[in-house]
Amino acid sequence: MTKTYPKASRPSLDNVSVSIEKGEFVFFIGPSGSGKSTIIKMLLHEVAPNKGRVVVNGKDVTSMRSWKRPHFRRSIGCVFQDFRLLPNRTAYENVAFALEVIGKTKAVARRVVPEVLELVGLGGKEHRYPHELSGGEQQRVAVARAFVNRPLILLADEPTGNLDPDTSIEIMRLLDRINRTGTTVVMVTHDSNIVNQMRRRVVEIESGRIVRDQARGVYG
Amino acid sequence: MRIKYVLSEVLVGLWRNVTMTIAMIITMAVSLTMLGASGLMYKQVGDMKDLYYKNVEVSIFLKTDVTEQQRTDLDAKLKGDPLVKEVLYVNKDEAYKTFKEMYQDAPDLVNVVKPDLLPESFRLKLVNPEQYKNIYDQYQGTEGVDVIVDQSRLLDKIFNVLTAIQNIALAAAVVMAIAALLLVANTIQVAAYSKRREVAVMKLVGASNWFIQAPFVLEAVVAGLIGSLLGLIALIGAKQLLFSGSLKALEGLLSPIQWSDIFLMFPLMAGVGGLISAATAWVTLRFYLRV
Ligand SMILES: Nc1ncnc2c1ncn2[C@@H]1O[C@H](COP(=O)(O)OP(=O)(O)O)[C@@H](O)[C@H]1O
Ligand SMILES: [Mg+2]
Repeated sequence: MTKTYPKASRPSLDNVSVSIEKGEFVFFIGPSGSGKSTIIKMLLHEVAPNKGRVVVNGKDVTSMRSWKRPHFRRSIGCVFQDFRLLPNRTAYENVAFALEVIGKTKAVARRVVPEVLELVGLGGKEHRYPHELSGGEQQRVAVARAFVNRPLILLADEPTGNLDPDTSIEIMRLLDRINRTGTTVVMVTHDSNIVNQMRRRVVEIESGRIVRDQARGVYG
Repeated sequence: MRIKYVLSEVLVGLWRNVTMTIAMIITMAVSLTMLGASGLMYKQVGDMKDLYYKNVEVSIFLKTDVTEQQRTDLDAKLKGDPLVKEVLYVNKDEAYKTFKEMYQDAPDLVNVVKPDLLPESFRLKLVNPEQYKNIYDQYQGTEGVDVIVDQSRLLDKIFNVLTAIQNIALAAAVVMAIAALLLVANTIQVAAYSKRREVAVMKLVGASNWFIQAPFVLEAVVAGLIGSLLGLIALIGAKQLLFSGSLKALEGLLSPIQWSDIFLMFPLMAGVGGLISAATAWVTLRFYLRV
């Protein structure tokens, strides 16, 4: 597929074709501005390609109407570099919020939120506010929120971009654990250390083109 | 839980921005009061027209020197006229009697006027009061006819004034409605901005559009409904003031406004207030949140 943003002089994604299997763990790497986030946005149905098709979970979403987007998003979890937590809600409330706004009852939240917080290693810190948690812990809350609805796909756009190396490795272990439950994980990163350690599929992008697609790859 | 969530969000939203909320409610109330008032006047003017025009007459006054022959000819001609529904002949004595009754408070005037001074006349009811002009053209030149007076001309002047007042009220309602609309749009933008993080998360995790929009839209609708309630109270107060208080003198001219008419205005005001707010909020959100 090809994506040229309005007013942009060159395409941000130029004839990119990539296929990810269910249950796979894929890194997208490349320099800043190469088009990695644009791929994530395509998968979220936030931007549409100018040319080509986007197929997610077996469904062609290229020309999906925007009113179908909410339901589509419920099958995808997403975490970002900046965590995007609600500052006036505790860890528990942040995760429960994501459930409640898609129509799950408080009772369901009471059952599954502690479970998923335990899974991400935040047992005992449910009632802390974001400012009372470290960066790594905040990102765990974000991962819990993305995963609580058991999505088929977890998208992560530079999830370790704001974290120190040790904390980054912990988050990676967490994503790896989630991947092992059968969830497809697509992760965008700059972090060569992580890529080299994980030895998973690596798709490298430069100026909107795929320059490498390697199973069990390393950075650079 | 979702209903409860939406409702509590509405209250929090209204309270968070309480100065804007008050401004929004006041403008809305003024606009809806104007709307209600012009609606009431529309009904009033309609009622009064029915009442007055049903009784209006065209009077053909005869010259003092009219001959018996001229009078009989005119009478026959009028009775045969398809435009005329009823003809009543009023002689000098009857005219004097009516005159005395009308001016019983002014005995001096009654004393100087003798029955002979008052002209005899034919009082006509027309099939259609609007066709006065035809009658005028037809009978103005007839021998023995002095002047032709149409009461409905006079009424037209009164009703023109009333209609003008009604239009002014309606125009004021529209202008205030535009102000209210801009305030609603602004309030919703501020509210959406202050909740931008929540909205971003909701969009990300797939909350439905109506669920994201509902608290904002309802916030505007609640303000609109409170505004229409205040408008109703204003109308009730205006009726008290106009017809029971200082302006009681007007009562003779205007037919009294019924309480039921005022309460019938409420659904109109509430409907317009609620709908305008909801539509404005919804459109604003579509542009602002792109949901
Ligand atoms: N909304 C946008 N409008 C215009 N250009 C954009 C927009 N988003 C991204 N771009 C451009 O597209 C290119 C790729 O951006 P992005 O996908 O964010 O890169 P990356 O995530 O790899 O750093 C960049 O040149 C960027 O300037
Ligand atoms: Mg990026």
